[in-house]
Amino acid sequence: MSETASFLRVEALRLVAERSGKAVVNDVSFDVRRGEFLAIVGESGSGKTMAARAILGLLPPGIRHAGGRITMDGTDLLGLAPDAMRRLRGAQIGMVFQEPMVSLNPAMRVGAQMAEGLKLHTNESDAQIRARILAMLGRVQIRDPQRCIDAWPHEFSGGMRQRIMLASVMLLKPALLIADEPTTALDTLTQGEVLDLMTELAREQGTAVLLITHNLGLVARYAQRVVVLCQGERVESGETDQVLRAPSHPYTQQLVDALPRRAPTQPSAHTPRPLIEARQLSVAFPVARRGWFGRAGTHIAVDAVDLTVHEGETVAVVGGSGSGKTTLGRAMLRLARASGGEVRFKGVPVASGGAALQQFRLACQLVFQDPYSSLNPRQRIAACVEEPLKLVPGMTAAQRAARVAEVLDEVGLAGYGPRFPHELSGGQRQRIAIARAIVRRPAFVVADEPVSALDMSIQAQVLALFQQLQKQHGFACLFISHDLAAVEQIADRVVVMEAGRIVEQGPRDDVFDRPQHAYTRALLAAAPIL
Amino acid sequence: MRALRANALIGGVLIGTVMIVAMIAALWTPYDPLAIDLLAKLKSPSAAHLFGTDEFGRDVLSRAMAGAAASGSIALFTVIGAVVIGTIVGVLAGFVRGWTDRVLMAFNDALLAFPGILLALAVMVIVGASRFGLILALTLAYAPSVVRVVRGTVLSLREKEYVEASRMIGNPEWLTMMRHVLPNCIAPVAVLSTSMFGWVLLSESALSFLGLGVAPPAPTWGNMLSGARSYLESAVWLGLAPGLCIALTLLGINLLGDALRDRLDPRMR
Repeated sequence: MSETASFLRVEALRLVAERSGKAVVNDVSFDVRRGEFLAIVGESGSGKTMAARAILGLLPPGIRHAGGRITMDGTDLLGLAPDAMRRLRGAQIGMVFQEPMVSLNPAMRVGAQMAEGLKLHTNESDAQIRARILAMLGRVQIRDPQRCIDAWPHEFSGGMRQRIMLASVMLLKPALLIADEPTTALDTLTQGEVLDLMTELAREQGTAVLLITHNLGLVARYAQRVVVLCQGERVESGETDQVLRAPSHPYTQQLVDALPRRAPTQPSAHTPRPLIEARQLSVAFPVARRGWFGRAGTHIAVDAVDLTVHEGETVAVVGGSGSGKTTLGRAMLRLARASGGEVRFKGVPVASGGAALQQFRLACQLVFQDPYSSLNPRQRIAACVEEPLKLVPGMTAAQRAARVAEVLDEVGLAGYGPRFPHELSGGQRQRIAIARAIVRRPAFVVADEPVSALDMSIQAQVLALFQQLQKQHGFACLFISHDLAAVEQIADRVVVMEAGRIVEQGPRDDVFDRPQHAYTRALLAAAPIL
Repeated sequence: MRALRANALIGGVLIGTVMIVAMIAALWTPYDPLAIDLLAKLKSPSAAHLFGTDEFGRDVLSRAMAGAAASGSIALFTVIGAVVIGTIVGVLAGFVRGWTDRVLMAFNDALLAFPGILLALAVMVIVGASRFGLILALTLAYAPSVVRVVRGTVLSLREKEYVEASRMIGNPEWLTMMRHVLPNCIAPVAVLSTSMFGWVLLSESALSFLGLGVAPPAPTWGNMLSGARSYLESAVWLGLAPGLCIALTLLGINLLGDALRDRLDPRMR
């Protein structure tokens, strides 16, 4: 068979939700060629995951196949008996899931989990299997494979687990690897490493990769061809370069436009005064002792950090997971107990309790990453947004109601007051979280990964909203993110953190165009940019 | 949704019937539930005695009606008491943490280590066998399991970001607790308390059987059931009447409890 022949064909695939009869995937066709890297792009609800699951015959209950064909090397996959399908899974088609923290069985040693597939699909001896696992673990750059093979999944970080997952799938040399958002839960650096590794392994073994993602940057960097799905329909497909450079469908155009772009530098109107300063701020967490006789230690999450945020300024804190950026934000708000150093607000040290802390709280707010757990499910939207105002002295109920209506209007959700959070989409919830944060007109807002849980086009809207509100109300912002593209769009100054320390800080253009520190360069190199 | 409403309706009718019967029993029963008629003992159900008579010739229907008030009120007050005490202690332990948590939980675990009946026996010996004593003893026996459940729920809730957001707003801790933590504990507590209702009814009968419950000859479903045990072969109706009463009441409570829990959850509306 020639190099470019397609071996997996999906033709006019149609999947419907049983209860509503609505089409989840409607008339979608694509093909995968031997050894190529194909990406399926779409936002949540576009049916991209369902289309991929249909290939494996792993549709969740409630979703039914209603038309179309899926063939692999001429075999009709949908007509296969469950037994034959099971022989195909793993051996011919491998799958890597999104959440590395739950896709490995926590009660099974890594080696035993990796051996499962080999035992099912090959007749090799235990010793041979062990040797192959060790070789593969080395191949995915796990340090000390001998130890790893007998270790438990919880001993590894998310990135390491995803490598182990990848290794166990690639051990069987499948002809097709389906990767469903494999790096969405990982930070930029790890994401690049895992995907590079995946590409290399696939090339070595001649495996075709079907990458399902919402991240256009990744598509541009890795995929040869791309299929764009929108609400269950294929809107565009073709060579990656062509689709992304000259999108022919308005939806693709909209996705490309939604990518964050660097905004022009804003000249500061007045001499900026420092609003909030961290001086030699440190945070240490106690670490549970290892074994019975081990010593309880401390983990230093933030190590003697000096950071100043001026009035009306947006400072972005970037770094990989575990770099201490979230803890720094929480420590500056006094939500995490500092083990050393101090925080000054308008030049005055923030006390650790009492009226002074209350004053500080009234002037500061926080926007969380996950809009699904940051709103109380039993509180109506209006009550939720009004709550901060109840602590403002001398505000009447009528004034509060007026302010709530005003803020809801500002975030584009006028009239949503009587609803409950579960009636809102993720993007709408995040707008409510922002409304709650700014309703008291704070001087300082910490935004901890405020858009990383949202779809691409929603991200763009929320970022734009945030910028506009900032311009309108002039609050300073500490923007914590691992998404360099978003940072590039919104930040005035950028602070790069690694292992609890600030390794570089400066004006945005300096950091992005002339990075000084090796870690900054690595971060920038790993960032998927069109 | 429709099935849910039907469940709520059935549950409501069952519980409503029990409550109405209990109220009627206070004013009128077909016979005096305590009147002994040795000529009519162990009669099978007939037009004169709808549920038959027991070994002393007392009318089973009258006793079951009078028992509804006794058993129902004991179970109800016990469950309310256990839920209130258990929730207060559980929320305190889970939310305040630290030494408060350790002391409260050490005490709670000590209580849990005793079999509930043994604990209740001890309390009954101290306060004396009366209806109040029974309620107090059973409350103390059942509150610890509520504490466990509530504390566990609070421990997971207090890590939610909306709790942190409340702190960030500047709300005092007690307000955060009342407004954002407590309401979200309703679901597990509702589930627990409905099943607890059944255990309490049975515990009451066990204590009555040991002579520490409501003193005979006053009827409760529990002591009627335990009294019927010796006659199961010759007079099935003796056990059937209180047994059915208990079973139907439990069914009603469970249906009503589930409906109530869903009604209180905005996500289920």
